[in-house]
Amino acid sequence: MWIFLGSECLFFGSLIATYLIFKGEIDLPPFPSETFIETAYLEEAVASGEITEVASHLCHESSEAGISVCEGIFDIPLTSQSTFVLLMSSVAMVLAVYGAQHNRPMMMKFWLLATMLLGVIFLGYQVYEFRTFGQEGLTLETSQFGASFFVLTGFHGTHVAVGVLILGSLLLASFRRRGLGSEPGFQVETAGLYWHFVDIVWIVIFTVLYLIPA
Amino acid sequence: MATAAGTIAAPTTESVVWSWITTVDHKRIGALYGVTAFIFFLIGGVEALLIRTQLAVPNGTVIDAQLYNQLFTMHALTMIFLAIMPLGAAFFNYMVPLMIGARDVAFPRLNALSYWIFLFGGLVLTSSFFFGGAPDTGWFAYQPISSSQFAGSGMDFYVIGLMILGISSLAAALNFAVTIINLRAPGMTMMRLPVFIWMTFIVMFLLILALPVLTVALIQMLFDRQFTTSFFLPDGGGDPILWQHLFWVFGHPEVYILILPAMGVVSEVLPTFSRKPLFGYAAIVFAGIAIGFLGWAVWSHHMFTTGLGAVQQAVFSASTMAIGIPTGIKVFNWLATMWGGSIRFTTAMYFAIAFVAMFTIGGISGVMHASPPVDQQQQDTYFIVAHIHYVLVGGALFGVFSGLYYWWPKMTGRLLGETLGKWNFWLMFAGLNIAFFPMHFLGVSGMPRRIYTYDPNLGWDFWNLVATVGAFILALGVLFFIINVFKTQQREPDAGDNPWDAPTLEWATTSPPPEHDFDVIPEVHSREPVWYMRDHNMTTPDPEPGTHIHLPPPSYYPIIIAFGVLLLGLGPLSHLAVTALGVPVIIYGIWGWTLEPTE
Ligand SMILES: [Cu+2]
Repeated sequence: MWIFLGSECLFFGSLIATYLIFKGEIDLPPFPSETFIETAYLEEAVASGEITEVASHLCHESSEAGISVCEGIFDIPLTSQSTFVLLMSSVAMVLAVYGAQHNRPMMMKFWLLATMLLGVIFLGYQVYEFRTFGQEGLTLETSQFGASFFVLTGFHGTHVAVGVLILGSLLLASFRRRGLGSEPGFQVETAGLYWHFVDIVWIVIFTVLYLIPA
Repeated sequence: MATAAGTIAAPTTESVVWSWITTVDHKRIGALYGVTAFIFFLIGGVEALLIRTQLAVPNGTVIDAQLYNQLFTMHALTMIFLAIMPLGAAFFNYMVPLMIGARDVAFPRLNALSYWIFLFGGLVLTSSFFFGGAPDTGWFAYQPISSSQFAGSGMDFYVIGLMILGISSLAAALNFAVTIINLRAPGMTMMRLPVFIWMTFIVMFLLILALPVLTVALIQMLFDRQFTTSFFLPDGGGDPILWQHLFWVFGHPEVYILILPAMGVVSEVLPTFSRKPLFGYAAIVFAGIAIGFLGWAVWSHHMFTTGLGAVQQAVFSASTMAIGIPTGIKVFNWLATMWGGSIRFTTAMYFAIAFVAMFTIGGISGVMHASPPVDQQQQDTYFIVAHIHYVLVGGALFGVFSGLYYWWPKMTGRLLGETLGKWNFWLMFAGLNIAFFPMHFLGVSGMPRRIYTYDPNLGWDFWNLVATVGAFILALGVLFFIINVFKTQQREPDAGDNPWDAPTLEWATTSPPPEHDFDVIPEVHSREPVWYMRDHNMTTPDPEPGTHIHLPPPSYYPIIIAFGVLLLGLGPLSHLAVTALGVPVIIYGIWGWTLEPTE
């Protein structure tokens, strides 16, 4: 598992690197965070159809003449909530592993279920966020920002979904007569390792994408 | 045996076909890898011969430009991903458990899964010829020429095929890394591992770390082609150079993925036929590790002509030249191994010695274009074609043939014929040099790569004709190998357990080995365990009566999951409904896999 996670590091590393390379090249809304831009340039882009009407609503005249200010698209309070949910799921995972290792099957099952639920809630937040961004005019094709953002967070979401499936099969299997076989601690621990890794990757993504301003 | 609801009982019938499809035995999977890869190797060879026929004389008219582009692209993809890599996989599948004294790999069913995914991936890639044309923008698929604007559906097969093959390699790499760490026989410490195992081990880590980078690049390319992103397309604000970086961050370690197993084979063959231990074992191992590390810091030497900037060029030039040092250490250790030994000139030894010589030629021309100004001249000329073929044919492929002659008696119980073997060797050796040495001259006199025809007055006629003759001689050599195999398999088994008096553990069991590899797991006391037993008059102990050897039962699920992965991949090539069909197949496969009893 450790070796596999090494491979995953390179996977997300490449995706994050792509995002960072393109981040400096965004010159039209939607922007990730609040940005100033020349009004004339903005109007030209709207006229030529380079950006949509919706996206231009993110911007308005600033106090300085000829300069518009555009709202950032990231909703940090909202994403902080989902980050918190994911962090809590890691806590639940630790308790599930503890239950598995100390031969307390009820405890393990309860916390496995809790971890799964928190994971699903996190995915719910992500679906909501993607939809909102879509309505505000950020799609795969709008900009390099859109493309690298959606591909990066989309693949992270996929990893969370796979994690939920893994935990789900463990939970189902634990209801068999033999339970999880002779080594329940090892199996749950391995799944836990994966879960924590996906969690840590999210912390990195959250920091790099949301918290560090352009 | 009771089975869980909705799952298939493990096969019990003795049907030959089904027993191969459901096998989880590492030796059988190794054989499947070997045969499949050899067939792909022949396909790749035919592609090469077509290319050389077209170029034999100026203004050739055998094939047109379109087909030519497909052929040189598919020749590279086939040889790299479907022939040399899986031929290496065939050896490490067969040999790793035997050489470390284990009964199987850590995850036998995962091993079968790797093979079936590899087979399906290879078929997807190759089938592109029949569905709108094969990939045709070079195996490196530079952008934006590989975008949907300029390239046809062949490049979709490229993306999907390589992704599927990547899954296969990743699964195999995890499996063998864990096997080598966990399943070594008592006394088999890391510094007693045969060098072939060490090189395999390093390759596994290169695969594990390099493949995800390629996967990301392929995903981004897939999004560019199928959806509306433009990661690599300048029109949409993308960066074609980013593709080159990602591709070569994978691509250069890939070079070592191809060559290190061959180096491992040679490090087994040379000591055996010199009748003395490998000279400088630790130095060879650490040189291999050093190559594995340095291989990550040199990728931009493929991009000197993209205008990286002087400092970057200097750094990547220096790191590339630095790789020559550990490589040189290995070469001198191999020479010192033979020095003063009582050498037996078998075919395996011929190939191993030729490996050292030919690889050195390829290595030296490699150091030449590590220098940016030289590279500016040589980039995209036949000089580079000469270089890679000395490294990959004279290096990787000769290593594979050395291994085939060396291990054939272990795998089949029969020694390959030495007379035909020598014909095989000398024809391939002559063919290699006649075909590829003149390409140095062609490159220096300015002949670009990947042109499908050329004018007669450019001074390239003579050497092109010579190269074509050489290619056919090389092919004739391979034909002699095939004849040799058929003749050998008609004879009675004659090899015995250890025909070469070789030192490593695989020779401590019968030829071919029993299904459970070893009756008793041997104890290891030295780096040359079989020589140690010989010199200390030890015999392999008999198994205690009544001991039951547990072997994993065959399983249907590897091929079921592999089929699901195939459906998943076929979606973007046909209709997304196919992908949707793949998901339940995979979930069903995993479900059965986890619930299947393995005791
Ligand atoms: Cu390179």
